[in-house]
Amino acid sequence: MKQKLVVIGAGMASGRVLEHLTETAPDAFDITLFNAEPRGNYNRIMLSPVLSGEKTYEDIVTHDGGWYAQRGIACRFGEHVVKIDREMKVVEGENGHVPYDKLLIATGSAPFIIPVPGKDLPGVITYRDLDDTNAMIDAAAKGGNAVVIGGGLLGLEAAAGLAERGMTVTVVHLMGHLMERQLDEAAGYLLRKDLELRGITVRTQASTKAILGEGRAEAVLLESGETLPADLVVMAVGIRPETRLATDAGLDVARGIEVNAQMQSSDPDVLAVGECVEFDGHLFGLVAPLYDQAKVAANTLLGQPDAFVVKELATKLKVTGCDLFSAGDFAEGEGREDIVFRDPARGVYKRLVIEDDRLIGAVMYGDTADGSWFFGLIKDGTDIDEMRDTLIFGPAYQGGDTADPLSAVAALPPEAEICGCNGVCKGTIVEAIAAGATDLAAVRASTKASASCGTCTGLVEQVLQVTLGDEFQMPAAQPICGCTDLTHEDVRRLIKAQELKSQAAVWQELGWKTPNGCHVCRPAINYYLLADWPLEYQDDPQSRFVNERKHANIQKDGTFSVVPRMWGGITNPAELRAIADAAEKYDVPTVKVTGGQRIDLLGVKGEDLPAIWADLNRAGLVSGHAYSKGLRTVKTCVGTDHCRFGTQDSTGLGIKLEKILWGSWTPHKLKLAVSGCPRNCAEATCKDIGVVCVDSGYQIGIGGAAGMDVKETELLCQVPTEDEAIEVVMAVTQAYREGGKYLDRLYKWLAKVGMDWVRANVVDDLENRRALAERFELSQSIYRKDPWAEHVRDKAPSYAPIADFTLEAAE
Amino acid sequence: MSWIDIGHIDDVPLRGARLVKTRLGCIAIFRTAEAELFAASNACPHKGGPLSEGIVHGQSVTCPLHNWVFDLNTGEAQGADEGRITTYPVRLEDGRILLDARAITERSAA
Repeated sequence: MKQKLVVIGAGMASGRVLEHLTETAPDAFDITLFNAEPRGNYNRIMLSPVLSGEKTYEDIVTHDGGWYAQRGIACRFGEHVVKIDREMKVVEGENGHVPYDKLLIATGSAPFIIPVPGKDLPGVITYRDLDDTNAMIDAAAKGGNAVVIGGGLLGLEAAAGLAERGMTVTVVHLMGHLMERQLDEAAGYLLRKDLELRGITVRTQASTKAILGEGRAEAVLLESGETLPADLVVMAVGIRPETRLATDAGLDVARGIEVNAQMQSSDPDVLAVGECVEFDGHLFGLVAPLYDQAKVAANTLLGQPDAFVVKELATKLKVTGCDLFSAGDFAEGEGREDIVFRDPARGVYKRLVIEDDRLIGAVMYGDTADGSWFFGLIKDGTDIDEMRDTLIFGPAYQGGDTADPLSAVAALPPEAEICGCNGVCKGTIVEAIAAGATDLAAVRASTKASASCGTCTGLVEQVLQVTLGDEFQMPAAQPICGCTDLTHEDVRRLIKAQELKSQAAVWQELGWKTPNGCHVCRPAINYYLLADWPLEYQDDPQSRFVNERKHANIQKDGTFSVVPRMWGGITNPAELRAIADAAEKYDVPTVKVTGGQRIDLLGVKGEDLPAIWADLNRAGLVSGHAYSKGLRTVKTCVGTDHCRFGTQDSTGLGIKLEKILWGSWTPHKLKLAVSGCPRNCAEATCKDIGVVCVDSGYQIGIGGAAGMDVKETELLCQVPTEDEAIEVVMAVTQAYREGGKYLDRLYKWLAKVGMDWVRANVVDDLENRRALAERFELSQSIYRKDPWAEHVRDKAPSYAPIADFTLEAAE
Repeated sequence: MSWIDIGHIDDVPLRGARLVKTRLGCIAIFRTAEAELFAASNACPHKGGPLSEGIVHGQSVTCPLHNWVFDLNTGEAQGADEGRITTYPVRLEDGRILLDARAITERSAA
């Protein structure tokens, strides 16, 4: 007698089981197939082309009504299963019972809905089946804004499809980069860039707080407080195995329905396949293992021995138009080494991960042609020691040229600005070279490129070399570090010209040779990005030296020194009392007066920093930034308030300047002083910027120093009013911030650009002076704040050890 | 090998480190990528600099005191400097950081 087989779920896994069964033993079973969707099996992988309009539902149907009819399969489509009764061996559907001898559960997975207010509003949909896809197509027909929550594969497919259909799409993603499970940061950056080029806005590190709307979705509210308008909200944050029926039936369920290698659940007459199962701790989402499971399940049902094994898997992904590949293990494990290849001109990134002379992981973006070859090496555990040098170039490549250090410049479009001072773009320089300007001096003469401040000289030379090839002899320039062949000046110019606004962008577009830089280049890049894009770029504490990360100066024994700010060197008994109390409370061994007119508490333990700051904050004291490549202090004398020689209110001006400049980051430390008369008690003439008050106004000198080099300031200008003095100081600070090489004090920058250039731009050109001051003020709208308060409030736990085993019982 | 749960990976900043205090000195837990951890002695063999305060790059850390660079796979100092730091087995499971218990109880002097 024929056995009765009931199948719950008509997806790709159960579809394959039915194919195997009806091919090998067409008469073995009476089959009933339940499906909650009112249709049979179709290729779910192809829903994206349906969404984008490249395909229709008819194109992706794998089993139509005729297929089931021919094989005598009773279809109960559109009918939900209510219950499995294992004792009676009956499946209860909405429209009646079906008895079974064998049961196959293939319920797949359900989209994960994040539990935020508004999740049930009309206009909020998931992306899982054809109905969802059709709902998106209908919504897109009306146009408007779509917000896709989730920057994984599904979410990005939805975003690409909706953008293709004319909606304005924003992707909101919780993590720092897109598809973080499959891609590393660099590949995630390239993917983002490709999507942005297609008009899709990407918001990373963005958490959804609520979906807003009256009667239907109208907007998405982020944790940051920002509201994104949304006529359609797609939730694509992930899926989880659909196990409710199995759980209710009392089967063993962990994350998925637990099965053995024969695909049997804890009840041997109940089998399960597909995304709803868990085997040996693994869940399954890709189609290849599902098909393997289907074959095993069919054999088990037919009494044939077979066993499912988990195989290493590569993901070749296609987010409509972007080539991605990832395989193996590229994110975890010790003892690994990286080989990284980047070609900024073609937007290509490849990274191989090697362990014990074997390839264990690969991530590729842009050019994935060699993916299957690398995957083979991973799968087979091939010893790659012999071909290591050329491995990354793929199977066709043996030996040859190394990556071209000029490729970043070669990749620049003609309209990219090379010389900021004179507004000269690459195309103009290339034309001048074609017209006979074959060296730097000739290019300068004919285009004015690099003829002003000179920081773009390296780039102009590279354009010469790219254009002329070997005819141009390149002067040797010092690259930032071993991670790149570019100089500081080149990188600064390229960050502006190519509008690079993240570290990942710099690493990729400028062909960095290491995955994420080193201790030499990272702080410099971090500074350049925040100086050039104060609003767009977020300061990265992990790219800062410990002092700037912890806002205190590390000492040789690992303790820290804490210096509260004393505006213009002025303090009062209450502040002094608070400092004295803090020194006692935290056992500060040394209290010292600094050269910058404040008090240094030396020897504070790292874990006490948030507490001592909280105490000092309470007394109104803020960080003195005594550790920063930024404004330190403005030293003053007492001026007209008390001194019989004072000509202006030097103390007042010092305090004003300090309140304007504090918190700003500069290429190196920046020290100021204001003296009330030429006797110069505040020693203003050996500061980076020094103001000396005279009867007729304010003399502003720049480029002083009293460190490894001792320099006297050079007079920049004299201005009659305090307001003008302040504007000139702001403008010259901003010019230094925008042009200076990281770790060059102001006098070194001055030596490169020349006093004439500074005077022309900062003093004489009033419009430019104001523009510089305005850009400084814009940056200060972000950075003029007390880091201590923020750390006390948000980061205090990170100052303590993550775990402490010193307090446990000794034995 | 027995493993001790010392915290969640999100407690360690990406390209940063946190400290584990033990009776035998401090161990630094480095997070070099989204899901990649290393554990090593916190003390630089040069002048005892706290490596957990250093800049983390690639699979290396730079000592904040005098810029010695250590490969976290081997613990070897890179470049011209000579020395090494002890490394310890560390695992990541479901977001939890698991440290080899011997790192806490029976460390040999580095």
